[in-house]
Amino acid sequence: MPTKVIMPKLGESVVEGTVTAWLKEEGETIEEYEPLVEINTDKVDTEIPSSASGTLLKILVPEGETVEAGTILAWIGEPGESIPDEDQAREKEHEPQEEPVEEPAPEQPEAKQDSGRDKDLGYISPVVSRLAQEEDVDLSKVKGTGMDGRITKKDVLNYLEERKEEKKEVEEEPEIPIWETPADGDLFRPTELVFAQSEKEQEAPPEHKPLAEPGETLPLTSMRKRIAEHMVHSKQTAPHVTTVMEADMSRVFAHRQVSQPKAEARGVHLTYTAYFLSAIVTGLKAVPLANASWTDEGIRVHKAINLGMAVALPSGGLIVPVIERADESSLTGLARQVNDLAERARSGQLKPDEVQGGTFTLTNHGTKGSLFATPVINQPQSGILGTGIIQKRPVVVNDAIAIRPMVYLSFTFDHRVLDGASADTFLAHVVHALENWPLA
Amino acid sequence: MTLSNALKKEMFWVMLLARRLDERAWVLHRQGKIAFHISGIGQEAAQVGAVYAIKKGKDWLVPYYRDLAMLIAMGMTPSEFVMSLLGKAPDPTSGARQMPSHFSMRHANVVSHSAPVATQSPHASGIGLGIKMDGGDAVVLTTIGEGATSQGEWYEAVNFAAVHKLPVIFLVENNQYAISVPQEKQMAVNSAADKACGLGLPGIKVDGTRVFEVYEAILEAVEKARNGEGATVIEAKMYRLTPHSSDDDDRSYRTREEVEKHKKQDPIILAKEALIDEGLLTEEEYEELDQKAKDEVDEAVKAGNEAPYPKGEDAATPVYAEEVNHG
Amino acid sequence: MAEINLVEAIRQAMDEEMERDENVFVIGEDVGVRGGVFRATVGLFDKYGEERVIDSPLAELTIVGVGIGAALYGKRPICEIQFADFIYPAFNQIVSEAAKMVYRSDGAWFVPMVIRAPYGGGIGGGLYHSQSVEAFFAHVPGLKVVIPSNPYDAKGLLKSAVRDPNPVMFFEPKKGYRLIKGEVPEDEEYTIPIGPAKVTREGRDLSVFAYGMMHHYALQAAETVAEEGIDVEVVDLRTLYPVDRETILESVRKTSKALIVHEDNLTGGYGGEIAATIAEWGFMDLDAPVRRLAGPDVPAVPFSHPMQEWFMVNPDKIADAIRDLAAF
Ligand SMILES: Cc1ncc(C[n+]2csc(CCOP(=O)(O)OP(=O)(O)O)c2C)c(N)n1
Ligand SMILES: [Mg+2]
Repeated sequence: MPTKVIMPKLGESVVEGTVTAWLKEEGETIEEYEPLVEINTDKVDTEIPSSASGTLLKILVPEGETVEAGTILAWIGEPGESIPDEDQAREKEHEPQEEPVEEPAPEQPEAKQDSGRDKDLGYISPVVSRLAQEEDVDLSKVKGTGMDGRITKKDVLNYLEERKEEKKEVEEEPEIPIWETPADGDLFRPTELVFAQSEKEQEAPPEHKPLAEPGETLPLTSMRKRIAEHMVHSKQTAPHVTTVMEADMSRVFAHRQVSQPKAEARGVHLTYTAYFLSAIVTGLKAVPLANASWTDEGIRVHKAINLGMAVALPSGGLIVPVIERADESSLTGLARQVNDLAERARSGQLKPDEVQGGTFTLTNHGTKGSLFATPVINQPQSGILGTGIIQKRPVVVNDAIAIRPMVYLSFTFDHRVLDGASADTFLAHVVHALENWPLA
Repeated sequence: MTLSNALKKEMFWVMLLARRLDERAWVLHRQGKIAFHISGIGQEAAQVGAVYAIKKGKDWLVPYYRDLAMLIAMGMTPSEFVMSLLGKAPDPTSGARQMPSHFSMRHANVVSHSAPVATQSPHASGIGLGIKMDGGDAVVLTTIGEGATSQGEWYEAVNFAAVHKLPVIFLVENNQYAISVPQEKQMAVNSAADKACGLGLPGIKVDGTRVFEVYEAILEAVEKARNGEGATVIEAKMYRLTPHSSDDDDRSYRTREEVEKHKKQDPIILAKEALIDEGLLTEEEYEELDQKAKDEVDEAVKAGNEAPYPKGEDAATPVYAEEVNHG
Repeated sequence: MAEINLVEAIRQAMDEEMERDENVFVIGEDVGVRGGVFRATVGLFDKYGEERVIDSPLAELTIVGVGIGAALYGKRPICEIQFADFIYPAFNQIVSEAAKMVYRSDGAWFVPMVIRAPYGGGIGGGLYHSQSVEAFFAHVPGLKVVIPSNPYDAKGLLKSAVRDPNPVMFFEPKKGYRLIKGEVPEDEEYTIPIGPAKVTREGRDLSVFAYGMMHHYALQAAETVAEEGIDVEVVDLRTLYPVDRETILESVRKTSKALIVHEDNLTGGYGGEIAATIAEWGFMDLDAPVRRLAGPDVPAVPFSHPMQEWFMVNPDKIADAIRDLAAF
């Protein structure tokens, strides 16, 4: 059974590609993953690796020709093997596993919005709910002007009107999710250009203290002393092991793009921190042992999920306010608490009990570009998750190179409590949660 | 049986007062100060004569909208009437909810009635039934226009009272018109009293312009009723000297001559002449009474003008008995 | 075209129908020499005589009951009830007899008759000259219930009512008898079918459903709020039974907001039927709860002016209700 080579869909708005050069001739043998053909789209130029090992049986699209994404470019197979007839092949091509660069269709949280009162959107009238379904409107994108800010029919109609322009493009290729867009082909742009906004959010405003004179002894602040005590105590108490995984943040990115303005309208900065906290909750629920403390009597598995988040202070040092019962908050709820706690942490207004009782900690060490780290556990907890910088990186997805916003997650755990396998299971859940973030 | 001179003079005074009050209502309407008036002018003799034949407060009265003189005879004051004319809050009949002349005086056993004609007649029979059930000796006087005796409700009420020999007097004030419709288009008999024979009770005719004759006729029926001899239909015939109501134009259905002719039978004039004939009244005394009546009406209008209107939201209650404040 | 008032349009309709068909006759209290207490039959007595313009005894049961008999015989009676408030003595005849005749005789007998009655308040008529009674009859299959709001419709609808083979309740907003004027073709014969409602003002923001006097007021209110930028669609229901669901739902599809106005009191009022229609068939078009603006739930319109004002729905109250709904 010969294998086909098709014109991949390389992005949201990419509907066609031009074959610029065949790197093999008909009859030549080729290894799987060996570059086979160069193509050019209005967004990128790229090589397509061969989808099988064998002989290039037939080239269907000659150089210089532009074809729709999905079109069969060539066949690879055993020498002399016959090629399936075109129409048959075309049908086959719609088989999901043969779609290029396509992840299993994510559960689209449909624009469907039932009528009634919605926690975030307020009262949704029947017609608004119906229009949202019919027109596939994400209501969280629509600004409400009705009573108490509810979204009126008019608001939806106005929104649809505005959307018309953009919609054209979207309609052309509705099945390609946003995260598969290979942007403008400009690889490895400075992250701050990509994440300018989130950088600002995540970054504690840098305080430019005058540099100390060489050899000068800085007096120990009580904060410094406490940190030192804690760190030493922790390292002495628990055998630290750090495991690292990477997560594709495309879906979080997409979700945040959509939800951010809406959250903003309600005075909430939807930071990545909130997403990470939420993903941690998922992980902890799956592996409760990661939400535990070593005691001499035994391992104490905590019922409550109270998440600490390390906040760098403008004056130097850091503090770890705690979000209690993080598992009971929505994403927006988490974000709101993150905003509030971070704000008050920086202005020194946290109450003592707001920095106590944590069962797990998140630290974002990526603000200055750190990729991975080996964070120190905040005792008596047994795990801490460090998040590095979110960067666009080329990754291989379904044998194609895709550009994805990626992050490394460094999980340090207490090896008395967790073993490598359970720790990795936890971390894999966090990754999974982030990578499969439902769309808004 | 015979009326004392004092009572006769009193009856005349009530008729006169009612007349002057009624006339003032027309004036107020033409001045644009009130919305509506329905007049009893020409029917005072029948109304006053009838009331003096019952025991006020003990017996029951179920009137209809023309019975202004009857109500004055029952003790309603001119100012109380003016309150309802003006739609002012102190109106004791309905708190200004009802149109004027839709009477009610609970303390005097005068039952509230509505505007759809003949609806009151079955109530009178029901009250009569109650009296009979309790073995009481009170009687019920109920009134109606001759036109309204065409309603089934009137026949049904009279029939029931006749069947059960109830102490009810059905007084038909035949003023010869139901708005524009003359008696002959209302009934084929000469008198509403003639309808009684088909229902099995006595039907009596009386000259409704002569107060003392009406008194005598009603009294007889009242005594029979009190003695357990049952109900009577009495038709008091007179003439409606005014248009049907303040909004009516009676020239479209009757001539001025016809009205002028009947003005000679004005019950006030007839009563005055009767009293003068009997030597119970002089012209001067009449002038005095007349002035007194006008003064009382002036007072009443003054009081009415000074009284407050109800507030709009007063209309919200009471709809159910529970909402009534008996305090 | 000539501008005439509502009561004159009604008079003309009866006049023309009596001229067209000698089986048509009028019966009611004071309809003869007097020409009706609202002058709706002025001139007919002189023109057609006392046999076709009958001053009935003061008995509504008689008017309707006799009317039914004449209709069974083959006549086309127009029964006038002087005030809708006084229709109750005839209720039994209307509901038990007229409405059920075709059904109970399996189509052997028909009652082609019109029962005309002025309804509605705001005229200082107190409890018994102000009532709105349409809801009682719009509940009764076998009857048709029509309420015109302007001279043109009144004339065309009344003519259709006279020609209709069924008993038609024709309620006339008496406050509008002389107040509401409009153009009516002079020489041109026309009828307006019983059934269809009419969009009398196109708008996008919300729909007001009304009939009779309240429709007249609704148009005024719509103009008032138009100056504030609220674009109101007004629908004159015209026929309450059978109701024109399609026009109602079409309007709701367009505006997604519905305000129903009537002066009859709220509970069990006709507005409930419209609201239910919209809820049942137009739910997914709604952008706001259906609103009803109606008279308060007290037994009738009180006489005293301030209390009457409190009761009556008027253009200001409608405009306020529109603003509220528009703001939702
Ligand atoms: C049931 C009913 N139908 C019609 C009317 C309208 N209406 C009021 S008074 C009246 C005429 C009544 O005539 P009649 O019974 O002779 O009493 P009158 O007014 O002459 O005293 C009519 C038709 C009414 N009040 N009630
Ligand atoms: Mg009369």
